[in-house]
Amino acid sequence: MYVKLSHGGGAKETRELIDKIFLKHLKNELLTNEDATILSLEGKVAITTDSFTVSPIFFKGGDIGKLSVAGIVNDLSVMGAKPLYMSMGFIIEEGLSFEELEKIVISIKEEASKTDIKLITADTKVVPKGFCDKIYINATGIGRVVKIGISSSNLKEGDVLIVSGPIGNHGAVIMAHRNDFDIDINSDCASLWEAIEPLLNEDIEIHAMRDLTRGGLASVVNEFAKSSKVEILLNEEDIPIEPSVRGFCEILGIEPYSLACEGTFIMAIPKNDVEKAFNILKSHKLTNSAKVVGEVIKEGKEGAYIKTLYGSTRYLEEAPGEMLPRIC
Amino acid sequence: MKTNLNSKEVILKAKNKIIQKIEKLGKPIKVMEFCGGHTHAIMRYGIDKLLKGYIEFIHGPGCPVCVASMDRIDLAIELAKIPNTIFTTYGDLLRVPGSYRKSLLDIRALGCDVRSLYSCLEAFDIALQNPNKNVVFFAIGFETTTPPTSVLLKKAKEHKLKNLFVVSNHVMTLPAIRYILNSGISHIDGIIGPGHVSVITGMKIYEEFDIPIVISGFEAFDILKAINMLLDQRIKGERKVENAYTRAVTEEGNKEAQKLIEETLMVRESFNWRGIGLLSKSALKINDDYEMFDAEKVFDVKLPASKEHPLCICPKVITGVSKPIDCKLFGNICTPENPIGSCMVSSEGACAAYYKYQEVELCM
Repeated sequence: MYVKLSHGGGAKETRELIDKIFLKHLKNELLTNEDATILSLEGKVAITTDSFTVSPIFFKGGDIGKLSVAGIVNDLSVMGAKPLYMSMGFIIEEGLSFEELEKIVISIKEEASKTDIKLITADTKVVPKGFCDKIYINATGIGRVVKIGISSSNLKEGDVLIVSGPIGNHGAVIMAHRNDFDIDINSDCASLWEAIEPLLNEDIEIHAMRDLTRGGLASVVNEFAKSSKVEILLNEEDIPIEPSVRGFCEILGIEPYSLACEGTFIMAIPKNDVEKAFNILKSHKLTNSAKVVGEVIKEGKEGAYIKTLYGSTRYLEEAPGEMLPRIC
Repeated sequence: MKTNLNSKEVILKAKNKIIQKIEKLGKPIKVMEFCGGHTHAIMRYGIDKLLKGYIEFIHGPGCPVCVASMDRIDLAIELAKIPNTIFTTYGDLLRVPGSYRKSLLDIRALGCDVRSLYSCLEAFDIALQNPNKNVVFFAIGFETTTPPTSVLLKKAKEHKLKNLFVVSNHVMTLPAIRYILNSGISHIDGIIGPGHVSVITGMKIYEEFDIPIVISGFEAFDILKAINMLLDQRIKGERKVENAYTRAVTEEGNKEAQKLIEETLMVRESFNWRGIGLLSKSALKINDDYEMFDAEKVFDVKLPASKEHPLCICPKVITGVSKPIDCKLFGNICTPENPIGSCMVSSEGACAAYYKYQEVELCM
């Protein structure tokens, strides 16, 4: 069985698709047949939206379903918000097999259960062959803010930057899949709430926190520098990168600092809180290889730099445009 | 335990050896790294900064995207515009602007089917999957990427493909080195010889040159080792070819690959290099046995009169006469996001490497 245009017609077949695949796995008391879901929310609320178009839809270490839940959970978590609810819109290309679709829906269920985030409203559309690449998911998440003041414009001189784990795995996996390379790397795709929650609960002054997604470490550090008007210096030696990711980058001539992650974050905290933070980071499997990678050296001017292994200092450049491999 | 040859301690030790040797020689020396991959590695590891005042690096013409002349870029763009065509090539080339400031990426956005390949054999699969379309592979590169193009041509012939065409822009290393040395445009004391190219050609081919040459790998340690060997030659007054990349390069090279090239390609009378101009017997074209796949023979495209940006000094950068920072456009008008010249496009290009890895002076 596979998805046909008639499954998007709004009539009997649409209901069948929703019942047999979506509701079968994702049903909860708030996900009903009404046009909108009614919620009661108290206090400060964080909301985020993201669209997921990853190709291939199944990759080593995850799939588009897991990725969309983790993406939403992580965006809320790094803003100090406990993920509560999410909406999802599915744009499906006709011809996607029911089997693949169901696998994705099961992934969504499993990943959501890790954080206890609930899907409370959803939509499906089917488009003709060639109008999208198998399946696109747009997701919106709502969370309750449990720690305020985390912002990329809040970095201060003397802040220490900590990366939660090895960088670049997701980007390397996707590039390898797209080009039929067989490499021994798994995507880092993961929901970070369980790792971030204890940090938010501890008395740590978190100035800024970001999950490293598209554009990787280089993009986030440049954005931190720009938003806070500070100069940041990273130490190349200290940046955690798995040897296989490093080797992959060497072969293709790309910088690991620009490769995407999907389950790794960076945070800026005052020096005094570093020990407290590491006590927590080291005790969680998603963050036990966290490292201090650099610091905010000065306020007043924006700049993102990296001290190379052999002692010279250069700009930490973001990758321009599309990532294209070198010729030899 | 194995020593990590690229560890800080080992590298700094190698650096100190170089400095001692330079002091013995009594003056700094000029070293040309021919290959763009070496330019990139030297800048990325900051080797130029480590050895500042001791070694001046002259960046050679060994970046295939950088030496592709404007008329070849225009040819690529015109071929990609032909209806019913799937145009394929290697990554970096997609960003190079042609005579009218449009790149292959730009025309892809306008609807042309332009694809970036890692391996040229993907073009074979694309041709099989799209029997009703013409698939063009725009082959570019020095001797490193030439054998795969030969394999593609042989496969196309074996399978009697009627919809796969190749443009050969393959260039040769020796004529370019000869040009640089004979023209005397820049003074050079020694050459860091190409690594990947020499895997195919072998190191023997460089014996005609009367200058110290050391073939190098692409790690920081490889490059410092090669420089140390070049300095030993200078101190002893020798001028020979040596190999610091023994894990990959042999005397004779890859005979099998050389045979493939001979069977499918032949030397062109002359070829237009960016920065150098017409250079006789310096590039390869598809030979008569494979002419049915030669896009240059099959398609009749009209090229615009090619024109360079008047202020771009890529030609001088490619031949080692000028440094990227000598260019008025560098870093302000010409950036990796908006490249004017080809040296800013390819990550092997000297301008892109300078831009990306320029040293920052921090006041802390």
